[in-house]
Amino acid sequence: MERWSELELHGWGRYPRLRSACTRPERVSEVHAALADRGADPLLAHGLGRSYGDAALLEGGKVVLTRRLDRMLDFDPATGWVRCEAGVSIEDLVNTFLPRGFFPPVVPGTQFVTLGGAIANDIHGKNHHVDGTFCDHIRRVELLTAAGAVVVCDADHEPELFWATVGGLGLTGLILSCELKLVPVAGPLIEMESVRVENLDHFFAVSAESAAFTHTVSWIDCVARGKSMGRGIFMRGRHAAAGAQASPGVLGGVIDAVSPLMQVPMDAPNWLMNKLTMRLFNEAYYRKQPHGTTAQISHYAPFFFPLDFVRDWNRVYGDRGLLQYQLVVPPDPQHRAIRQVLEAITETGMGSFLAVIKEFGDRAHPGLSFPQPGVTLALDFPNHGRPLLDLLDRLDRVVLDAGGRVYLGKDARLSRAAFEQMYPDLDRWRGVRDRWDPQHVFQSSLGRRLGLSGVRR
Amino acid sequence: MSVLILGATSRIAQQLAHRFGEAGHAIFVAARDADEAARIAADVAVRYRVPTASAGFDARAFEGHPAFVADVEAQLGALEVAIIAFGDMGAGPTADFADAHRVIDVNFTGAASIAEAVATVMEARGDGSIIGLTSVAGDRGRQSNYVYGSAKGAFGLYLQGLRNRLFSKGVHVMTVKLGFVDTRMTFGMETGLPVASPEAVSRALFRAWERREDALYYPRFWGGIMGVIKAIPERIFKRLSL
Repeated sequence: MERWSELELHGWGRYPRLRSACTRPERVSEVHAALADRGADPLLAHGLGRSYGDAALLEGGKVVLTRRLDRMLDFDPATGWVRCEAGVSIEDLVNTFLPRGFFPPVVPGTQFVTLGGAIANDIHGKNHHVDGTFCDHIRRVELLTAAGAVVVCDADHEPELFWATVGGLGLTGLILSCELKLVPVAGPLIEMESVRVENLDHFFAVSAESAAFTHTVSWIDCVARGKSMGRGIFMRGRHAAAGAQASPGVLGGVIDAVSPLMQVPMDAPNWLMNKLTMRLFNEAYYRKQPHGTTAQISHYAPFFFPLDFVRDWNRVYGDRGLLQYQLVVPPDPQHRAIRQVLEAITETGMGSFLAVIKEFGDRAHPGLSFPQPGVTLALDFPNHGRPLLDLLDRLDRVVLDAGGRVYLGKDARLSRAAFEQMYPDLDRWRGVRDRWDPQHVFQSSLGRRLGLSGVRR
Repeated sequence: MSVLILGATSRIAQQLAHRFGEAGHAIFVAARDADEAARIAADVAVRYRVPTASAGFDARAFEGHPAFVADVEAQLGALEVAIIAFGDMGAGPTADFADAHRVIDVNFTGAASIAEAVATVMEARGDGSIIGLTSVAGDRGRQSNYVYGSAKGAFGLYLQGLRNRLFSKGVHVMTVKLGFVDTRMTFGMETGLPVASPEAVSRALFRAWERREDALYYPRFWGGIMGVIKAIPERIFKRLSL
């Protein structure tokens, strides 16, 4: 039986698409065997492929598909601590533990991610301003290191390895399992409000008055310019208390009923996402929300994972794929960087179909973790090729000048020079990684591009 | 009532453990790799909050099989279902006979041996189900895998006889013949035919067990394919490179 099969892999953006020799272990012993059997090639773990660019890709190397390493090993209902293999998904956790009154402490915008991927990218969610990142709720990680040893690391045992592994892009070793603290919830419902915001200043005002909500996020119309720049729909919510009843006739109910039918069956033509359709979509979406504030009790799924209802929605961007650009910049009363970014986008006409803005909390995250205090903006772009790459380089300079950074889990094109200025813990991170993996056995295409691996210094 | 799953580390068998665990049964997980069996038992216990236990199991340690069954019943109570899901594909027909010998020992002798041990306790109680996973490879000998195929085919015949013997005693025997499933064996293979997910296999098998079916081809179209393949006259079949 051949262990390795040549496959083309891609991230959620479907750009780039790269070939690797892949294996899909179903037993822990097969993971060890894969490391031993990699020959002279580097290795990388790949979960559900929801990072956007090349963070989970390794061109020409060996890739371990972790999705069948999905056993739940231990759960303590008194505390909420659960110990799982790295291939367990957020979806699986929710389905298993929500009926028992527990929910993952932090979830991203899709539930189709593995815990290994969530740790490697130190993901964040709508509650970052209150609860920090995913890894703030991870107390222990079990790693298969480059030397072939199984090392359990936490704040007391091998703390530096733990530090470098959370948000470490899978480059410190292969994550085998982790311990995560689930939070108690009364049920599946979310008490939420939607507020139509007229412009960027209004967004920050609403954000400031929303401190009582554990979860906040805002959709932003990045086609609108002038006085309407930054208009959008601000959503805020919290897990509902016991006894809450779902609002009748809410969109969520409709989505629930039809969702099994919704799937993008094939690549849309590349022209579908153009200036006109972007403008129409953004306008229609904005108009959907009446003036002022509306309150409702929603199911958790449309609140947390609205796009999961359309399987393979990334295919609407056509076979050229999409690029996502997510930035964070430090707080600034004038919000200059955010304005410059939005102006640059409207100016080039490469509007974004889905844009999301949120204020992070003041927690700082070490290593290669993305979130930092300030405001984050996430933008989807159809892959326009060179003109888009030029625009994103321009945005990098705005972000750098403001003291911000871009999210590596979404990235497919950042330059090494820009990256090195964005992540001040980089040298320390390299030091720890080189201690555990001096030969750079664990690599990724993103890591090579950014000079993290495969480059002898 | 407990369910014994033998050869539990295959993805199909793990999914079967989930289906029976989900339905509230106590699950005994047995596999050659005892550590892996323990992980699967832990997983079922965490997810479905049913009693579980696990142990290493060697299909070729024939003499120990009756004691093994007694031990399972001592730990988790009377056996309601035993699923024989282990298999050994071997290295193929070019390998030496030691390889073929092991393939026959595991897939036929070992399977029949543990089935006998289970049949003895179920027959005495007049209740229970024995489910054997064989293969479409056992329906007709082909040059590419005839040692494996003949052992699986022999196990299929054994199950037929066992079903005939135990029917009047109230014990159900089910033969499952699987076509291409998305497992370690088919990963990365160009099959040219639809590949079933292990989860779909487990659901189909669980339903078939609830209906106490005698035999199940899954995916079901394999029943038709094998009907055609079996109908090809030998003087033509022997010339084919299958």
